[in-house]
Amino acid sequence: MDAILAQVFTGISAGAVLLLIALGLTLTFGQMGVINMAHGEFIMAGAYTAFVVSTITAGTELSLLIALPVGFLIGGLLGLALEASVLRWMYARPLDTLLVTYGVGLVLQQVARDVFGAPAKEVPAPDWLDGSIPILGYDFPLTRLFIILLAAGCVAALLAVLRFTALGREIRATVGNRDLAETLGISTRRTDRATFFIGSGLAGVAGVALTLLGSTGPNLGTSYIVQAFLVVVVGGIGHLKGTIVAALGIGLLQAFLAHALTGSVAQVIVFLAIVAFLQLRPQGILSVRTRSLA
Amino acid sequence: MKTSKIKHSSPYAGWLLLAIALLVLAPAVLSDFRLGLLAKYCCYAIAAVGIGLAWGRGGMLVLGQGLYFGLGAYAMAMHLKLADAGPGGVPDFMALYGDAAVPWWWEPLRSGAVAVVVILVLPVIVAGLLGLAVFKRRIKGAYFAILSQALAAAFAILLIGQVKTTGGANGLNNFQGFFGYALFDPANKRMLYFVAAGILLVSILAMAWLHRSRFGELLVAVRDGEERVRFLGTDPANVKLAAYVVAAVLASVGGALFVPIAGIVSPDDVGVVASIGLLAGVALGGRASLLGPAVGALLVGYAETSLSEAFPGSWSYFQGALFVLVILLLPGGLAQLVGMAKRTVAHRERPALEEAAAR
Repeated sequence: MDAILAQVFTGISAGAVLLLIALGLTLTFGQMGVINMAHGEFIMAGAYTAFVVSTITAGTELSLLIALPVGFLIGGLLGLALEASVLRWMYARPLDTLLVTYGVGLVLQQVARDVFGAPAKEVPAPDWLDGSIPILGYDFPLTRLFIILLAAGCVAALLAVLRFTALGREIRATVGNRDLAETLGISTRRTDRATFFIGSGLAGVAGVALTLLGSTGPNLGTSYIVQAFLVVVVGGIGHLKGTIVAALGIGLLQAFLAHALTGSVAQVIVFLAIVAFLQLRPQGILSVRTRSLA
Repeated sequence: MKTSKIKHSSPYAGWLLLAIALLVLAPAVLSDFRLGLLAKYCCYAIAAVGIGLAWGRGGMLVLGQGLYFGLGAYAMAMHLKLADAGPGGVPDFMALYGDAAVPWWWEPLRSGAVAVVVILVLPVIVAGLLGLAVFKRRIKGAYFAILSQALAAAFAILLIGQVKTTGGANGLNNFQGFFGYALFDPANKRMLYFVAAGILLVSILAMAWLHRSRFGELLVAVRDGEERVRFLGTDPANVKLAAYVVAAVLASVGGALFVPIAGIVSPDDVGVVASIGLLAGVALGGRASLLGPAVGALLVGYAETSLSEAFPGSWSYFQGALFVLVILLLPGGLAQLVGMAKRTVAHRERPALEEAAAR
């Protein structure tokens, strides 16, 4: 029983990390069809933001809380820069955005290597996240709990923006039907930029959160990006609910498999399970009903 | 096809130039060391030729060719390891890591003939099954790209995890012989270069034939209008599957040759980064052209070596910039430039408007 409970917690917290990363991807992938491989490097930028903030504030207890909004801003600005400089010319060729953004990611990685050095940096976790609390008889690390709450908070905030604000309405309209949205007077260019800012900002937040789990290196993003894209694909493109289910499902599956087998075999089985799953539902868990042939 | 005369005569002229450069010029000019490096680029170029078919002609963004490159490479490496160990012997690294027993799935590769069959047939089986599963369910575009990338990642993770039987992150290395030829002998290394260059040239010729065939026409048709092909009564899935399998076999052959030439194969040659790296040359040369992928791969290989020698750490900037600039500004690659130059010469009075090259 304890072992099962432990795996459930591990799975949920792994799922929460995946969710944080995949949230932004779902937005940009769903709305613009852009496959942003540089999303991983935005995560890395967020993590280095946390490092810089904690260095400047000399390890104040609040540095993590300062780093979260700053990380959002940095990630978002990087996203805006990418959109304005490169991606806006490529909306007619969505598949090609994958390689272009991969190239941008390579450059960002090397910039990080040149600025911060190749060795990984440690960001000290604040004291108030030190330790664990017992839940149902299992000691749950506070850092993990914080990440789960952060992921939940980001989802809630994003849902609220999409549901209740004018911008959210415009985003939903653009996802639904870009041409129709435009005829209704929505500036889809502006909406695209806003979406990219939010999506990339969430990557920055995820990066800040990841510093709680491990060290920060130039390759931080690459280790997560492939899995994050799988989450998006399994969840169904452009569906927040599907992404949530997929992230938690993949996290849990991996936790249990890793417990029963070894970590690497678990990861391979998860990949194969996803291929098999897409056989059943090629459009993911949730999909927009469409009559389009494409 | 107004420029059909130019289009049809140029591939063979270009091929002949490449053949002379690779088979006559390079061996005469380059040192043994440089020739060995060129042999390595040829292996990448063989995989690139297949990517050109699947991606350039078929529109399938094959992000996980490292999987097939790795299948061929590891099959070859396992055979070389077993051959080095002698009949009934155990490869050195296995003795080092533990059991000192050869696992059952290694045993068949003791035979060189079996190894060759595995290198050629295993990618057909894997790509065939995967392709059937994916294309029949009409999974395409970004979904396909992400899936193929994930498989390459999974393969690399699997290899790293199974240290005792695959050498783990270090991979397999330290090969003594290649089908009876000692690998430390420079003459044999030159021979390997000619084998790699020869296979590369033959595979380009095969592509020229495929491009011109009914299948080649269908493949382009599927790329540009999959639904139209379906409505015309041909199943696009079969066409894509065939191109994907051919690309997989070429990647596997490239991987198999890579092993004796480079002297090592590790999960780094298999994973996501290596797989996307294979695309760099294809994009640079011109994904849909005949010679572009191979020439691009050779150029990128050369650039990587010389830039890494001159300015360590600069390669990432260069490769990143290459992806951004080529795909953004020159989606047809260098072949597009060549085409534009030709058209300017051919119709000096009329600027080349049509045919914005391949997508």
